[in-house]
Order: sequence, then C-alpha cells, then structure tokens
Amino acid sequence: MDFNDTKDEAAFRAEVRAWLAAQAPKHAIAPGQVLSDAEQVARGKAWQREKYDGGYAGITLPKTLGGRGGTIIEAVVFDEEEGRYHLPKGPYIGIGLGMALPVIGKHGTPKQIERFVDATLKGELTWCQLFSEPSAGSDLAAVRTRAVKDGDDWVVNGQKVWSSWAHHSDWGILVVRTDPGVVKHKGLTFFVVDMKSPGIEVRPIRQISGASDFNETFLTDVRIPETDMIGGVGEGWACCMTVLMGERLNQGEEGKIASLMDYAADTPAGAGTQLDDASVKLALATAYAEEQAQNYLQARLRTMVSRGESPGALAAMMKLSYASRLQKTSALAMEIRGAGALAIEADDSVTGEIWHDYIWASALRIAGGADEVLRNQIAERVLGMPGEMRADKGVPFSELK
Amino acid sequence: MNFDLSDEQKMLAEQARGLLAERAPYDRLRELVDAGAEWDEPLWRELAEMGFLGARIPEAYGGLGLADLDLGVISEELGRANCALPFFSSIVCAADALAVAGSEAQKAVWLPLLASGEVVAAFANAEGKTGWRPAKPGVRFAGGELIGTKTPVADAGIAGVAIVVCAHNGRETLALVKLDQAGVTRTRLDSFDALRAHYRIDFDGAKAELLDGADSDVIDGVLNRAAVQAAFEAVGAAEACVHMGRDYTMERQMFGRPLASYQAIKHKLADILMATELARSNAYYAGWAANEAPDDLPLAAAAARLSSLEAFGAAARENLQVHGGIGYTFEANCHFYYRRERTLALTLGPKGYWADQLVTAVRAQDGEAA
Repeated sequence: MDFNDTKDEAAFRAEVRAWLAAQAPKHAIAPGQVLSDAEQVARGKAWQREKYDGGYAGITLPKTLGGRGGTIIEAVVFDEEEGRYHLPKGPYIGIGLGMALPVIGKHGTPKQIERFVDATLKGELTWCQLFSEPSAGSDLAAVRTRAVKDGDDWVVNGQKVWSSWAHHSDWGILVVRTDPGVVKHKGLTFFVVDMKSPGIEVRPIRQISGASDFNETFLTDVRIPETDMIGGVGEGWACCMTVLMGERLNQGEEGKIASLMDYAADTPAGAGTQLDDASVKLALATAYAEEQAQNYLQARLRTMVSRGESPGALAAMMKLSYASRLQKTSALAMEIRGAGALAIEADDSVTGEIWHDYIWASALRIAGGADEVLRNQIAERVLGMPGEMRADKGVPFSELK
Repeated sequence: MNFDLSDEQKMLAEQARGLLAERAPYDRLRELVDAGAEWDEPLWRELAEMGFLGARIPEAYGGLGLADLDLGVISEELGRANCALPFFSSIVCAADALAVAGSEAQKAVWLPLLASGEVVAAFANAEGKTGWRPAKPGVRFAGGELIGTKTPVADAGIAGVAIVVCAHNGRETLALVKLDQAGVTRTRLDSFDALRAHYRIDFDGAKAELLDGADSDVIDGVLNRAAVQAAFEAVGAAEACVHMGRDYTMERQMFGRPLASYQAIKHKLADILMATELARSNAYYAGWAANEAPDDLPLAAAAARLSSLEAFGAAARENLQVHGGIGYTFEANCHFYYRRERTLALTLGPKGYWADQLVTAVRAQDGEAA
C-alpha cells in the first residue's frame, strides 16, 4: 500500500501540471461568473478541444480509438490536477466521453467509430442519453418507444425523459423496442440519433430546483438510417449494460463537510459558535469521516481497476453513500443555521449553495441508479443474496400489464 | 498510488484467519464463558509462537518490526473471531507505549517478554466515573510509588505488569508497575463483555517507575495508534456480523421463501456492508498514515474510529435483529458481537472525544491551507 505517486505517476503529474498551468487559466470560469447554458456548452467544447490538442482528451481510451492509452491512475492524476481550476465541464461533455464513446467503441462498426469517436474527443460532438421513459426508470428494459423498419430506415415513435442537456446536444444515444413479441430485455435495439432530425422535440422540464437541466424528448416519426444502429437488432440491452456498467468511480465533491464546519463556525451560539456544540461536532465529524472513507474507498476501487479487476457492485457504494450524505448534511446545515437558513441576506453567499445541495440531493438519490436499486445490487452481487421475484419473467413484452 | 494490502499482508490475514477459525470457533467462546475464564491461554501461546504478538515490536527486542498496517491485519482477524485475548491491552497499547516512551533498559527487559507472550501487560487509563482519560489523572506517581485507583482495567488479572496513565508533578505521564506486589490490589469486576475480564486496581504505594519519554503528546500518539487497531478489530467484527446475518437469513425460510429474499433484510445488510467497507477504507488509510504520514494520524485515527463504530454498532445490533428470537439465545452467536461492540466503543473513550479531535484537525488543516 502506498498513497504516494510512483515515480512514473509523479512524472506524469508534473507534466500535467505544467500543461495545465499553461492552458487552463484562459479557459477557467471566473469566481461568481454566471454563464448561460449555451455559453457553458461553447466553453466546455473549447476546453475539450484544448485537451484533445494536448493529448489528454481520452486518457484511458485505447490508442487505436484515438485515445492516449494511459492508465486509470493517470486519468485520476489528471482529474485531480484539473480539479484545481474551475473549468467548464458538464454532462454535455461527460455523457459523450463516459457513455457514448464506450458503447460505440465496443459495439460500433469501424465506420461508426471513425465517424463519432474522434469528433467526440475533440468536443465537436456533444451527446445526451435517451434511455428513461415515464414508465421505464429503474426498470429500464420496460421502455415503450418503438422503432419499426421502413426501407433503409427505422421509424421511431415515443417519449424519453430525464435527458440532461438534450436541448444543447448534437447527438443522442437511444434505446428503443424493436420487437414487442419477445421478453422485454430481448426486444431492444440501440441507436445513435442526430438531435436535429425532424420529429424530435425537446421540452425542458421545470424541476423542483427551479432550473431545467433535464428534458422530455418526444420522438414522432423520427427516421434513423440503419447505419446509425449500434450493435445488431435485439442487442440493445447489451449496449445499455456497457453504458451503465461504465465505472461509477467518480462520485461527489470533496471538501463539502469541511465547508459545513465553516458554516457552523460562522453561526453564533451563546458565547461561541454552533461548531462548539457537542452534537453538531459529532454529526459533522461523523459525516467528515464518511466523506474521507469514500475517498479511500474510491482509491481502493481504482487500484482494482488498474489491475484489470472489476469492482462490480462495490462501485455502487460510491453514489449510494454520497447522495444520502449530501441530503442529510445539507439538511443538518440548515438546522445548524436555524431560521436564518430560510431566507438569504445580501451578504450570505453560502446558504444558497446549501439549498442547492439539499434540493439536488433528492434527484441524486434517484438518478443513475436509485438508492433501492443500488442496495439490491450490493445485496445480490456482493453478498450473494437472492434476486427479486420477477412477475415479468419469461413473459413477452406485449403481454405484460 | 496503490491502495490495497500487499500479498504478504493478505497472506498474514489468511494465516491468522485460518488459525483462529480452527482454534477459536464460537463453541470455544461459549466454553470460555461457561468456565468464567479470563482468556484463551493456549491460543495466546500459539499466537506467540507464530510471531503475531511480536509483529510490531522492533526486531532488536524480539519482535518482527512490522508496520501498523500489518498489525491492523491481525487486529481485523482477532475482531472477526471475537477472541478472548489480551492482544489489545498488551500488544496494541502497552507494548507501543513502552516502545515509544520507555528507556533502553525498560524496553530491553519488557518488550521481549511481551513479544514472546510470557508476560501480559495491562494498559490502565480509565478512572471510573471520571472517564477513560481524565484531564488530571487521580492516580499519582511520587517518590517511586503509585497511589490511587484505576478502574476498569481490562486483562489486569492475567497481567504481570501494567502501563498506567498517571499524574507526576501535575503532568500526565506513564508509569510501569509490576502487579504482583504488596502495594497493588486487584479486584475482578462483573464485566459487560464476558470475553474480556475487567478489574479495579488500587495502588497503595506500589513500587513503580516512569516511562521517561512519556507526556500528553506521546500518550495521544499511543491512543491514536490504538484507535486505528481498534478500528481494524471493529471492521473484522462488523464483517463477521454481516456474513452471519446473510448466512442465517439465506437458510431461514419464511412465508415460503428465504428470509434473505426480502428487501427489508437485503437493504439492511447492504447498508451495513457499505458502512463496513467505508470503515475499512478509513482503517487502511490510518494504518498506512501511522507510519508513512504521521502528521495525518490524529485526523485519520479519529475518522477510522468514528466510522468503524458506526459500522460495528449497526452490524452487531442488526445481525441479532435479523436472527429473530434465536438471536437472543446463548446458543446463537450474535451476543458475542453485541457485547464486544460496546467494549470497543467505550474502551477508547466516547465518540465525542474523537469528534472533537477530528474537527480540531480539520480546522487546523484549513487554517494552514487558507
């Protein structure tokens, strides 16, 4: 066990630092600067292009796919160093790199790889994910959006939901039902779709936060050429698994709890502050211990990955732990401040962030694997406990209620 | 970066686990409880022969000179097996105190005896209601003698010597005292954990000697390293509880299916496993930091302690719960952990002490960064 960089890692870190020092400042978002969605995407694309030119766009991606062919630890080192700057990064870049590239790289034809991979690495193409539907969330294989073959095209009709940044994406990764006559997992097929295709309508969802990061996407007689099918007909579920098994090793922000300690210390109580209160101290210390533990668990999982081992459902712990902690501790922070946390005074720059975390945590506990789904995964795959009883087992999709 | 145990450490764990599974199964623990035994002496002898007791003791004093992380691997297995052994008292606390604060002569006399298991040492810190580490110890050292009362002290009945947290010239320090002498009275107390016997020790002018290197900072270090070992012990025990709960509920049928197939049970055990893996991650880091990044130790030890107690607390209680009524019987094995959890939780002081230490360390770190 060694927490320090090896010689090679240290050399890579020095190289990355020097490169970032030269390139990152001109892309960084100034403190307090608020960007429109369109500006964020434009700046995100520019930063991605800069990384591409520097050879850092796809660190772990094989060289044959245009990546660097580096190790997962190098990717970690780059993330750590990149994290020292406030750079424009978001789902509009992350979905392409983390979801679209792996599935195209694994299941795509050489032609598809040539067409999409390099452009995505360069930041020229942004992606959204068209998976969930109003009746298919945790039970993703229940999707109802249909695709029917018509000549060289497939014609798609249906509705997708929770597609982040779809309104600013160039392309989408899409899973649809092509055969309702077989059991639900087997009747699915995977496509990439140009978001400017006729028949696609993206409507922002008004969220409880007041923002609209997510969308409903309606597909009406959208024609997708068969050349944009990823994998074969009926192989949609395998493609989805490739996307969803993408290691969930990056989860959460560090330093959250230390900033809540500052918040408590900035809240007077008696002769001292709320941070002097033993129960506050214990609650925040316990949360801090958990946050630290999550960093070290992440380091353990990365070590496994770097050896070619799969952490499997252990990785589910990363999000499960982060989302609940974010919700509990931001609620606690509001209690620590008391009634003063119910409205923001002009000189208060912190309470708004805590509101944001509390509201966002409710989405985070659902998105990308709901708490309950992740607990099932851990119980079944790590502890070997029995799977859920499935009423739809062996039943063709068309006969399901 | 490589954040995993080495092959040697994994082998050490396997070796310890194998031995303990064979020699200290739950029936053996029941036998010891029934006999009112203070420890599993034959097992102690075996651990000594295999070198486990001397693992962290320097080679110059009859040990193997291994690191805190190596010792942690052993602590984890002892926690898993829930043994009746004075390992924590004698090896984790007392031997460490001697190694860091003892004179050359003290180390030369005592460390080989502790490493070989010939002598057991107790570590006497608590003073009843005054707490596990009184700001001003009531036990005083003056003129080569100790006066006052330490209670409860684990494993004092089988110990030949004790390291005593005491006051000298108004300062907290450590003294070494042989227990088999006229000025020492040991009284066995009714102990919550039947596998760890606690004593009251009255010192009435007992002949003693100071560990000259000891002061509050040195004692902090001993307690921090002890907290790391206790965290490993708790992680091993918590994992044993999760597996016991899983195994039982897989077998137990209820309403026509395994109890383990209900989400109420699956989710509970998944949460506790997660808490255990988080705690293990903190324990690994703290074990590593104890030797490799000692400035981080106060923070890392406090974090390891807090998260290990979270995990083991839930594991010990919920393991018994998922067993249902059978869990409340002496014949089931849940109770060993249910009691040991309280021992681990209280031996090194309340969570509040460690929360305080953690917050202080975080604030100091932030101050430096700012």
